[in-house]
Amino acid sequence: MGDLGWIFISTLLINNFVLAYFLGLCPFLGVSNKLEVSFRLGLATIFVMVVTALCAWILNTYVLIYAPYLRLISFIVVIASVVQLIEMAIKKLSPTLFRALGIFLPLITTNCAILGLAIFATNKGYGLWEGLVYALGAGMGFTLAIVLMAGMRQEVEKANAMPKLIKGFAFNLIISGILSMAFMGFAGLFSSS
Amino acid sequence: MAKEQHAYEEFMKGLWRENPVFVQVLGLCPLLAVTNSAINGLAMGLASFFVLLGSSILVSLLKSYIPKQVRISCFIIIIATFVTVVDYSLAAAMPVIHKELGAFIPLIVCNCLILGRMEAFASRNTLRMSIADAFGMGAGFLFALVALGGVREILGVGELFGISLFGPNFEPWVIMILPPGGFITLGVMLLYFNWVEEKKNKLDKQLAAEAGVN
Repeated sequence: MGDLGWIFISTLLINNFVLAYFLGLCPFLGVSNKLEVSFRLGLATIFVMVVTALCAWILNTYVLIYAPYLRLISFIVVIASVVQLIEMAIKKLSPTLFRALGIFLPLITTNCAILGLAIFATNKGYGLWEGLVYALGAGMGFTLAIVLMAGMRQEVEKANAMPKLIKGFAFNLIISGILSMAFMGFAGLFSSS
Repeated sequence: MAKEQHAYEEFMKGLWRENPVFVQVLGLCPLLAVTNSAINGLAMGLASFFVLLGSSILVSLLKSYIPKQVRISCFIIIIATFVTVVDYSLAAAMPVIHKELGAFIPLIVCNCLILGRMEAFASRNTLRMSIADAFGMGAGFLFALVALGGVREILGVGELFGISLFGPNFEPWVIMILPPGGFITLGVMLLYFNWVEEKKNKLDKQLAAEAGVN
């Protein structure tokens, strides 16, 4: 596998945005009660992340070399407005797609995983292709984590055996801890190669 | 004097009764990501505190000039400005800690706690009250960060603020300073807070019942 392949595997499994970097925890803990909704949220996140990587690369190459201290502000403003524009375009062009993904778009824009992606990609000095693959891996990693989490939560709900005290955030955090421990096993992929 | 009392109330509210982390469960990303030692927690807490205080002051001063429709964007730009200030000053003053916290300093922008306080409090209250609220919430967040970082550092390396506690025979519980430890420690802490809350509610009910009987 080439460099791009490694970047993808590494962000998807080993350095999973949610389980290793704690990015995007709000939707991860908040929206993960229904499997289907989580999956759609994941798809929308992949989409916004790829757009973000593109915007970040354009800003980094053409604008921010002249004014590095504006990095943070311009990332936020540009990403938010581009996502807003795309949202309007989708609404116009494909109402079905909008109903499936659209409602999540404004929520995702203020998610720390999105800004985190732009900042990490910049810090690692990724070019256009590397950045896009990184975004794809991060988005799919987020989807994987949130879908697994939603599946576990649904099963536990069915069992209906939890004491009242532990229900809610405390329980979700402990499940996430166990999930995160399981994902640590993937770290072996890198050292063995 | 009455006003003085009120500002004090706002401060205590943030520190304990409506603690941003343990009660409202906000601002989890920076909270979990940097608390693998107490000193990192402290640095992150101070940085967030400064951003929260600065943007609270600015937002509450500008509240009558910010148009309602674009207020969220304005808040985010104000917050991002303060975060940039913190980022650059920390890089200049404490390069080691800045390196350790890395990308998580810029990510203070996305801390929903800060945006939430702007929307819910600073944009609706006087400067004085906003400062009191920012002090309370900032201190509550700082307290949570240091508590979480302290617990994880004690269990994970057997030290607190870099001072060894148990001597050389201590077998560190390494998982506590790795990501899973963060999730589990916070989960257990929330459980404890739920328990305290439940006990208090029971006690209140009991007292109310007794009062009713008498």
